[in-house]
Amino acid sequence: MIAELGLAALWLAAALAALQLLTGALAVRAGEDGAEIAALTRPAAVLQGVLAGFAFAMLLWVFAVTDLSVKLVASNSHSMKPLIYKLSGAWGNHEGSMLLWVTVMALAGGLIALIERRLPERTMQATLSAQGFVALGFYAFLLLSSNPFERLPVPAVEGLGLNPLLQDIGLAFHPPTLYFGYVGLSIAFSFAVGALVTRQVTPDFASAMRPWVLGAWVFLTLGITAGSYWAYYELGWGGWWFWDPVENASLMPWLAATALLHSASVLAARDALRAWTIMLGVVAFSMSMVGTFLVRSGILTSVHAFAVDPERGTFILFLLMLYIGGALLLFALRAGTVTEGTRFAVASREGALVFNNVMLSATLAIVLLGTLYPLLTEAFDVRVSVGPPYFNPVGAIFVIPMLLVMAVGPLLRWRQDGFGRISRELALIGALILAGLILFALIGEIDLLPLLGLALSGALAVTSFLPLKGRKLRRTPIAIWGMVVAHFGIAVALFGMASESAFSQERLAAVRIGEETQVGPWTITLAGVAPVAGPNWTAIEGRIAASYDGGEPRILRPQARNFWAPPQETTESELATRWNGQLYAVIGNESGDGRWQLRLWWKPFVTLIWYGGVLVALGGVLALVGRVLGDIRRRAFRRRLADRRAEGLA
Amino acid sequence: MSSSGSPLKPKHQRLVLVLLALVALIAAGLLAAYALRNQASYFYLPEQMRDDPPAIGQAVRLGGMVEDGSLRTLGDGVTIAFNVTGLDNSVIPVRFSGIVPDLFVEGSGVVAEGALEADGTFVADNLLAKHDENYVPRELQEMSEHQAAEMAEETTVGIP
Repeated sequence: MIAELGLAALWLAAALAALQLLTGALAVRAGEDGAEIAALTRPAAVLQGVLAGFAFAMLLWVFAVTDLSVKLVASNSHSMKPLIYKLSGAWGNHEGSMLLWVTVMALAGGLIALIERRLPERTMQATLSAQGFVALGFYAFLLLSSNPFERLPVPAVEGLGLNPLLQDIGLAFHPPTLYFGYVGLSIAFSFAVGALVTRQVTPDFASAMRPWVLGAWVFLTLGITAGSYWAYYELGWGGWWFWDPVENASLMPWLAATALLHSASVLAARDALRAWTIMLGVVAFSMSMVGTFLVRSGILTSVHAFAVDPERGTFILFLLMLYIGGALLLFALRAGTVTEGTRFAVASREGALVFNNVMLSATLAIVLLGTLYPLLTEAFDVRVSVGPPYFNPVGAIFVIPMLLVMAVGPLLRWRQDGFGRISRELALIGALILAGLILFALIGEIDLLPLLGLALSGALAVTSFLPLKGRKLRRTPIAIWGMVVAHFGIAVALFGMASESAFSQERLAAVRIGEETQVGPWTITLAGVAPVAGPNWTAIEGRIAASYDGGEPRILRPQARNFWAPPQETTESELATRWNGQLYAVIGNESGDGRWQLRLWWKPFVTLIWYGGVLVALGGVLALVGRVLGDIRRRAFRRRLADRRAEGLA
Repeated sequence: MSSSGSPLKPKHQRLVLVLLALVALIAAGLLAAYALRNQASYFYLPEQMRDDPPAIGQAVRLGGMVEDGSLRTLGDGVTIAFNVTGLDNSVIPVRFSGIVPDLFVEGSGVVAEGALEADGTFVADNLLAKHDENYVPRELQEMSEHQAAEMAEETTVGIP
């Protein structure tokens, strides 16, 4: 009964999305006379959000009670599983994750219908209509090819369980975080389409769109950071980024959203980059969809891909072409009629932001081409795999100049400036980078890229605080603090990445119990090996005494786990974290003669990668809070002004 | 461009923006095309590697099945040696130092990343095995309908 309620709600929500598409379009067409029809659009969007939310709640319900007559539950859950993983199992599969996607999209659409009052009403109608159109496609996808509420003819006796790799608290909340980001960009897309339809690409439009982009970007940043940490400790390979197509699928929209965020700021503050901002709005969501297509179609081999189904791939490809093709066509037709923005000089804040936008777009192109290249060659029957030897150096060609300009951009004035004014800061950055290069070259053997990364991160860390110079800290707008924190976060993450790749040490050893081995400054002793059991697994657990530089040893317990439903082995690494890095330990098999395989890494400052990511996201949150507070204050001020005028007249 | 210092005329400004973006994107595309042609590592089946081996030391991928009974651990306790077989009983010996991935067993599919040595041994620095119970390396799907079906049957749990 519960499953049928969910399905019914989903059908109703789809009908409302169609209604929203229709009334919005009619209202735009009718203009002033369309007020009666227009009045329907917002309530339709809100109700659609509520119904989709209800459907998702019903899915959570059937997973919580392990209703084994529902096919999705039977194939992805198990009555013995801990409750938290029963719930996360609801979205740890193709159908459930698509329902989550649609739900987030519908809730976001409902939210803009409820609270967004800055846009001209006609643009708002066009935006909601576009949002209804996008949502409708995904409802069709769910209902026609991926029904999450499908019943089994005969209820299963027991479920098949959840992929053990997904039974991890980090991963349980990682997909929803990313989805908030992906889907948040659908709002940016709808805004862009709406503004194109009514040709009202104004600073107001940019300030209305910006909080949504910021919000989506914060979730994307957090999702990527969490995903990277999960891959690092759960897969047991000791790396934090693999250039896996699924990782790229989240990185590409992030790059586009980062560019969009900055160009929307230019549009909001200075009324320039109108067409470019619209274009990025379309591209950012396109990248979300390309990512979904890559992950969900099973077209690429990946650790994370779970739906290998050509029919679904074709469906998403069709949606992709419909939305992106449509939006680009609209853009081509209308871009010329979007009027000119304000002018600016090359040496100006706008100029720096344009440069950052172009470099981000070029990086995006590099990642996109590298990700799609294996698909392309496969059409000619050549099998190719593209990995770090391609992405790292080629990406760096565009990322390094971008980081350099990122250091000075915030110091430049809007509209027109000269590099002479900030020559002291430029000299400082140059000196810092040079000092860094010399220092690290002296330390010893180190590759060029990590060396550049270390030097750049130092320069960035200092310059990210320069925009605060000469300001009263208490009265500095929160949004400025947001920028400072986010840029500093990039420096921190960059330092972690460069340090990890420059100074990591690895030791692979086979040791008997009681034997010692060394990795970096650590002395490792295998104290014992014992079998242990969890709720749905058994494991071999190593007891490893690890002592840093002769200090007090701590005990690490890495495991090699055996899950029984479904039967699968996983390695559970164990980490010892210090302020200056992490020791990473994995236990392998017994080699037959009483020796156990240990794989150990000492990774100096590796944790900074993720702390940096969190700082970047925090910067986004501060910027968002600053913008929203600023808007509220401005609105209150205008109201008071209007009141006083009214009094004056009376 | 920056020497004039004054704002550009609107038409010129738009033109400069479009040109800048185009140049950067085309540069990115050319760079990518060049790098991809040179750096992509190619995928070999055992019979391809036997008939037309890659250069010694060139990074490639080798995909096939781990031959039954061939897996052994060498004296240092961390290096394993095994044979990868393909369609027509071609055999490539492989050596790998490290902790083998979950689900790496004899008779199962594997993709090894590494390079061929002068003595004809493939030295892997990374092994990719199935990552979940339904995973079949895509490269292996066409290896043999029969073997693929067998592998899928072994590793997929059917729905009642």
